[in-house]
Amino acid sequence: MTAVVTETSVASARTTGRERLAGLAQRRGSVVVLALLVVVASFSFDRFLTVGNVQNIAIQSSFLAIVALGMTFVIISGGIDLSVGSVFALGGVLAAYGIQWGSLVGLLLPLVGCGAIGLLNGALVAYGRLAPFIVTLATLLGARGLLLAITDEGATTRLMPRDALLTEIGQGTFLGLGIPVWITLVLFAIGIVVLQCTGFGHSVLAVGGSREAATLMGLPVVRDTMLVYLVSGLTAGLAGALAAAYSASGVTIVGEGLELDAIAAVVIGGTLLTGGAGTVGGTLAGVLLLRVIQNVINQVGTLNSNYQSVVSGAFLAVVVAVQAYLSRASR
Amino acid sequence: MEPILVATAVGKRFPGVVALSEVDLALAAGEVHALVGENGAGKSTLIKVLTGVYQPDAGELRYRGEPVSFGSPMAAQQAGIATVYQEVNLVPPRSVASNLFLGREPRRFGLLDFRAMNARARELLASYGVHVDVTRPLRTLGMGVQQMVAVARAAATSARVVILDEPTSSLEPREVDTLFGIIGRLRADGVAVLYVSHRLDELYRICDRVTVLRDGQVVHSGPMADLPRLRLVATMLGRDLEEVRREGATKFEGEHTAADRPVLTATGLTSKHWLDGVEVTVRPGEIVGLGGLLGAGRSETAMAIAGALPLDSGDVYVAGTRLRTGSVAVAMRAGVVMLPEDRKADGILPDLSVRENIVLAALPRLSRTGLVSRKRQDAVVDTFMKRLRIKASSPDQRVGDLSGGNQQKVLLARLLCTRPKVLLLDEPTRGIDVGAKAEVQALVDELAAEGLGVVLISSEFDEVVEGSDAIVVLREGRVVTTLRGADVNEAALLSALAEAT
Amino acid sequence: MTAVAARPRVWLRDNGVYAAIVVLVGYNLVFTENFATVANLNTQLVQVAPILIVALGMALVIGTEGVDLSVGSVMAIAAAILPLYLGYGLLPAILLALVAGASCGLVNGTLVAVVGIQPIVATLALLVGGRGLALVFADGQLKDIRNPALLDLGAGKAVGVPYVVLIAILLTVLVFLLVRYTTFGRQLVAIGGNRSASALAGLPVRRVLMTTYVISGVLAAVAGVVATARLTASDPSSVGNLYELAAITAVVVGGTPLSGGRVRVLGTVAGALLMQLITATLIKHNLPDSAAQIVQAAIIVVAVYLQRSRTAR
Repeated sequence: MTAVVTETSVASARTTGRERLAGLAQRRGSVVVLALLVVVASFSFDRFLTVGNVQNIAIQSSFLAIVALGMTFVIISGGIDLSVGSVFALGGVLAAYGIQWGSLVGLLLPLVGCGAIGLLNGALVAYGRLAPFIVTLATLLGARGLLLAITDEGATTRLMPRDALLTEIGQGTFLGLGIPVWITLVLFAIGIVVLQCTGFGHSVLAVGGSREAATLMGLPVVRDTMLVYLVSGLTAGLAGALAAAYSASGVTIVGEGLELDAIAAVVIGGTLLTGGAGTVGGTLAGVLLLRVIQNVINQVGTLNSNYQSVVSGAFLAVVVAVQAYLSRASR
Repeated sequence: MEPILVATAVGKRFPGVVALSEVDLALAAGEVHALVGENGAGKSTLIKVLTGVYQPDAGELRYRGEPVSFGSPMAAQQAGIATVYQEVNLVPPRSVASNLFLGREPRRFGLLDFRAMNARARELLASYGVHVDVTRPLRTLGMGVQQMVAVARAAATSARVVILDEPTSSLEPREVDTLFGIIGRLRADGVAVLYVSHRLDELYRICDRVTVLRDGQVVHSGPMADLPRLRLVATMLGRDLEEVRREGATKFEGEHTAADRPVLTATGLTSKHWLDGVEVTVRPGEIVGLGGLLGAGRSETAMAIAGALPLDSGDVYVAGTRLRTGSVAVAMRAGVVMLPEDRKADGILPDLSVRENIVLAALPRLSRTGLVSRKRQDAVVDTFMKRLRIKASSPDQRVGDLSGGNQQKVLLARLLCTRPKVLLLDEPTRGIDVGAKAEVQALVDELAAEGLGVVLISSEFDEVVEGSDAIVVLREGRVVTTLRGADVNEAALLSALAEAT
Repeated sequence: MTAVAARPRVWLRDNGVYAAIVVLVGYNLVFTENFATVANLNTQLVQVAPILIVALGMALVIGTEGVDLSVGSVMAIAAAILPLYLGYGLLPAILLALVAGASCGLVNGTLVAVVGIQPIVATLALLVGGRGLALVFADGQLKDIRNPALLDLGAGKAVGVPYVVLIAILLTVLVFLLVRYTTFGRQLVAIGGNRSASALAGLPVRRVLMTTYVISGVLAAVAGVVATARLTASDPSSVGNLYELAAITAVVVGGTPLSGGRVRVLGTVAGALLMQLITATLIKHNLPDSAAQIVQAAIIVVAVYLQRSRTAR
């Protein structure tokens, strides 16, 4: 073997450092900003770092976080799921409906129903080769229609019995934090492991990076695409069921716009909308960022709550602009 | 040398076209088999049939003695047939190690074992003479290295058959040597290698047998040694041997008379990572070739002059007037236009008509106060379709439906529509059939004769040597030498390229 | 026009939406009472008008391979600004609302074309922030409209056709001409078809993209004005709600591909009309909202599935 090929040219060595830094900023930037924001807020507002406020932020974040977890996988695979808001609401309604047969049914029914919708999304995207944007847009409408059909056109709001196990899970606390918060943490831990350390996670990353290449390399692209949408449906359904349990009722008007919050959280967290690279932990940071911003604006008191969305929107724009700059720098 | 993979009387049709017909191919263990043919001859279709991407409509495949039918690329892969495609088909954002083992990652307790994966990746590549940081994302490495990773991946899957489709298109000569080393190892291990390439030198260097395809059929099959180069080319083209010998390999005439004052003067072109003080001068009526290996900066030079690559410093003068760099629109207005290297990605708009594609760049000029003037457009389109002999059912035909050669002509027409003074052509005859190639070459000659200044980039030696009046040789973004007059010949160019730094 | 092979799928893709309308109209003529009346026609057209206006802008944006999710919020901003300046007269107030819409479009366009952010996320930012901004302008209040000129715009007619419908028709014609016969329109289509090729051909990509989003913003503002006039109240908290979905639906069902490179203005009109017809038919036959939504969802999937034949390679 006489010839030797080595990638050591000066140019590429220089880019390595800069590209590493940019990649790092992309992946961990949200955590840093979150930490900064929390520090500043705790000094600026007395009531920010109180137990009650923290608990509040945590529980309010948990439902969005679970939805965003599923969304992270979908976006990493190069797709998008606009239906999660409707599926979330459907999950809540199904939970409230199913609980009359016990908490197990109350939990399984939303999982099955929402999982089925996820599978439908997956099938249309993976087999039908239709654009995820439009497919999930259609399911957004369809799921909400289904929701209305089950609840007499939105007229019926079932209450969930307070002594049912499911409701207790939704409303209970453990070590001061709501049980849904713990569920969120566990799910995210699992998510991190799945993404980085399992064949499925790597396959999803590959599919998002180059669907063609992944197919040619023999990866089970169709199967894994269906799985990510299934996961997204399941997480949305679970979140909806937990949220219903938390408020002890299956309200039909929730979830509108939730998909956009989830997308915003995922993007802010550092996952590229184009797919192929992403961070599960970042999504959690993204969710917390959004909720903390809202909380801070509430703390200010003098500001109209309408400013929450203005700030969130501006924040999203800034974050994504920075990401665009960083990704150019890392090339 | 028993045959491992045998295709017998394989046929494949698509709506409206017969891609393969009665094709026989036998790949034997420990043998490197060349598959040759012009574009459109059916090579890639045949490969896709062999690897399970397509199912044949007729004929049968036998693998290791048994009749077989691969329902998917995965099935073929698992059976032991590995393919390395021309476009690096790996996943750019993922690491080198990840790409090497995607789908077959080493595991521990059900989870991926990163340390093992990275270590094995490093080992594997090192055994082939490739030393890189395997944790880096693939896209941060040069195309050559990416291709080597692709080949290594194929070789590592203990495949019995390895198919290489134009594997050297992105490689430096050094890397080609490494690749041939890998192929030698495969041959020694009893693997059957199918080698698809346009590059005759390589074929004669490494291949044992050759099969020539033309129009979906096998026109020749036999030992490589029994087929002299000229006969091979003639068989591929279906042309008369004498004709090829007489007229040279290309349609370039070779000699142009140029005016004295340059129409294009580019000096000190510098762009971080790509160019370092490149200088190019073109006179009206002259064809200046840019010589150099991959990564030398030829395309980047053209792009910089045309305004598509921002410059850190450098001056470009067109007919004596200074040109503001960094803007394609400005360059175009000054009469400097470029034919991009990748016509699919950067050139044609496949869903629009021939007419729309041709007038695209000249739209403002062919419009009146913002409204398109159909009359003016028609006149221009008509002129160019005739002159360039663009074969289309009508100016309204979808450009995506045209052959590669005609698409290239449409792009040329688009450039010529803007009444340019300088034409920068980046691989004008790449991926088009022989007939169209000849037409394009002749056309470039004509344009030079009419007084245009032409900068020509081509990876085919023949074209650069026969077509250029002068050759600027680049290496890693710098001008190494400029060949003129009698020095414009293959030997001089080769030695200029081979010059060690 | 190109002679298209008379294959059923291609025909369906290009003309399916018209066929569906014909079928639905036929059905209604037979089975729905009071369908073929002028009053009903006016009602349907008036309801579709604001959605169509927004969809026109959306079609242009989608033609560049982008999307504008902020249109609903821009409508709200326009609705919020309008009553603040009615004191100066109807025309100045409307102009200011349009300027606001154009500014939003400029923000979107800058984020997409200059900063390089993906359209989904860029316009998402305005979607999220815009409605809040509108509520800030309006102090969170719903305001009744008493300006007679504006009320007349909302309810009045000329030659038997309601003003709002006339506005929608006029805008449709303008956008149609824009796409087919202007340099800008042809460049837009080219850029949507292949951006890098267009850039290398010297097209002013940035300028065209920004202008496209500005047009979308202006059209959304017009829709906001129209909706406010019809509602006789400025309600920034709810006007334009979910309009981006309705607009995208109309565009997609009408045959404009999400991948860009082609803008079917008449198809968009048909798409909007079809969706309106579906809802109206279901309502008239006492079928619930839920059924309407599920049917709409199915139609979207079918429309996109037919589009597939174009990109299948």
